Amino acid sequence: MAQVHLKNLVKSYGALSVVHGINLDIAEGEFVVLVGPSGCGKSTTLRMVAGLEDISGGEIVIGDRVVNDLPPRERNLAMVFQNYALYPHMTVRENLGFSLKIAKKSQGEIDAAVNEAAEILALTPLLDRKPGALSGGQRQRVAMGRAIVRHPDVFLFDEPLSNLDAKLRTQMRVEIKKLHQKVGSTVIYVTHDQIEAMTLADRIVIMRDGHIVQVGTPLEVFENPVNTFVATFIGSPPMNLLPGVAKDGQIVLADGTAIPLPPGYKLAEGRRIQLGIRADNIMPEGHALPPTAHMAHVDMKVTLSEPLGTETVVYAQLSGTEVQAKMLNPRPVQTGEVLRFAIALDKCHLFDADTGLSLKA
Amino acid sequence: MASASEHRLRKRLLKWGHFIGLFLAMCVICIPGLWVVLNSFRPTVEIMAKPPVWIPNELNLDHYRAMFGGAGEGGIPVWTYFRNSLIISVTSTLIALLIGMAGGYAFARYKFKGKAMTFVMLMATRAVPGVALSLPVFIIFGRTGLIDTHLGMILVYVALNVPFTIWLIDGFFRQVPKELAEAAEIDGCTRWQAFWKVEFPVARAGIASAGIFAFLTSWNEYALASQLTRSVSSKTMPVGLLDFTSQFTLNWGGMCALAVLMIVPALILTFLVQKHLIAGLTFGGVKG
Repeated sequence: MAQVHLKNLVKSYGALSVVHGINLDIAEGEFVVLVGPSGCGKSTTLRMVAGLEDISGGEIVIGDRVVNDLPPRERNLAMVFQNYALYPHMTVRENLGFSLKIAKKSQGEIDAAVNEAAEILALTPLLDRKPGALSGGQRQRVAMGRAIVRHPDVFLFDEPLSNLDAKLRTQMRVEIKKLHQKVGSTVIYVTHDQIEAMTLADRIVIMRDGHIVQVGTPLEVFENPVNTFVATFIGSPPMNLLPGVAKDGQIVLADGTAIPLPPGYKLAEGRRIQLGIRADNIMPEGHALPPTAHMAHVDMKVTLSEPLGTETVVYAQLSGTEVQAKMLNPRPVQTGEVLRFAIALDKCHLFDADTGLSLKA
Repeated sequence: MASASEHRLRKRLLKWGHFIGLFLAMCVICIPGLWVVLNSFRPTVEIMAKPPVWIPNELNLDHYRAMFGGAGEGGIPVWTYFRNSLIISVTSTLIALLIGMAGGYAFARYKFKGKAMTFVMLMATRAVPGVALSLPVFIIFGRTGLIDTHLGMILVYVALNVPFTIWLIDGFFRQVPKELAEAAEIDGCTRWQAFWKVEFPVARAGIASAGIFAFLTSWNEYALASQLTRSVSSKTMPVGLLDFTSQFTLNWGGMCALAVLMIVPALILTFLVQKHLIAGLTFGGVKG
């Protein structure tokens, strides 16, 4: 177990810069998830920590060592790859024990460590199979087993679940979380799936275009997104954003609909903003959560509905923007129907129309 | 119902057509070989008979006996030729494989300036028939004293085989995900260990098939060897076949006997690595 510090970390390929000076401190035993759309530099950052990519600038500290110039083998990490990268010519047992064999451990030690890892991951019956004879989920477990036998300082996961089907992904997500609780190592986990990030992370690091946009616990980034990018990236369905102008303590949308200013915001007259409402905070009346002190109401025409069982996601038009709203205790909804929606104003967000930054004081 | 039985009939006809086609193709490939083997056991009279004798009346080992016999009895230095062939083929194959592995790995894994051009140039050398270069090679070898030496022949065959082995092995290394080597490095390997312990074993089938091709090319090559070897000290078996020609006669039986001796090791080797070869060819075949 170890702390990890990234200081002003830069990666560029010639003139093209892909990671622009990242600063991040990861505590011992912390589960940190780097999340962002593809091409945001999250995998590159992880590979620099692993030592698989050269560092163009800055510093990486693992434990108390600067590892900038150390080859991967001297960093004492373990990594789980997206395509598992199991050695196809070795049995599961040999795959698990490979790192210990390279480290010239005695056969007794190797067997003990392999058996322990196999026990934890329920791989014992598969030990003598080759990777080719395993299912996707089993391969994933072998890849994790290969990581845990070494008792590394830091675990690195590079989109480990993206090759699995939806059901298995949920299952493996739980297993990874359990594994972390059991082993307690520092984990850096890369994914583009915000649900994985929310469910697994102690802290989420949201990246975009080689910069860190926001760092925080899952609830922090969900409840207080710093800008519209985080607001729409985290949470499903994504937050609705409605352009408007502040006027007389109200927000006036493009079509003239006026919505009271959410509590806690003070805006200059005529300021152009974006109103952010999550689907959970805009619901058809009669199918909503109990009303709170600050409510607003709008009428919207339904364009589409997606029944999910316990709730229905209703798509409706407001001021020329498509809005997604949730309907609790759903009833069938007709396209074209006009419904009255309640908005929980105290849960709404305001962002600057130009910079996209949150206007929360 | 009618259409079902019609369908079955068509399927059966197709199957038989397939068999017959394959049989004819195999005949075209195998009969000359069989004829060579057969002739090596038949008296010269029967070989030369007109009309040809298809079913042999008599089989004996006379040609073999003569071939291994003294100089006066039509004998030739078979063992020396065999040794020359073996030394030249094995050494040139090993060198071509080493260069092929290094080159193939570099082409598959690294980016460098002029990579595409270098690769195209390497492949373009395959378009030049080796014999076309025999005169320049002959002159250079004549000046450097490499004519009629094992070293000279090894050099020629290495040059002949390297482009092909690089191309084949490049294809195999491309199929090995680069994460395997990365995983090995994180698991504690040096770059070198990662290659030998992970990437090499995974690509082994392909490397073996490249080896077979290189070996067979050197083992069977005649045109260049006939020009660049002069004496018993470096003549290979294909060139040795010419020992059975004299001014007015051709000793077909003897030639066939030596040809059989040439085929046998190649055949054994091919059978030994057949599994690798087929796996290797289909595996590598994906890459265009």
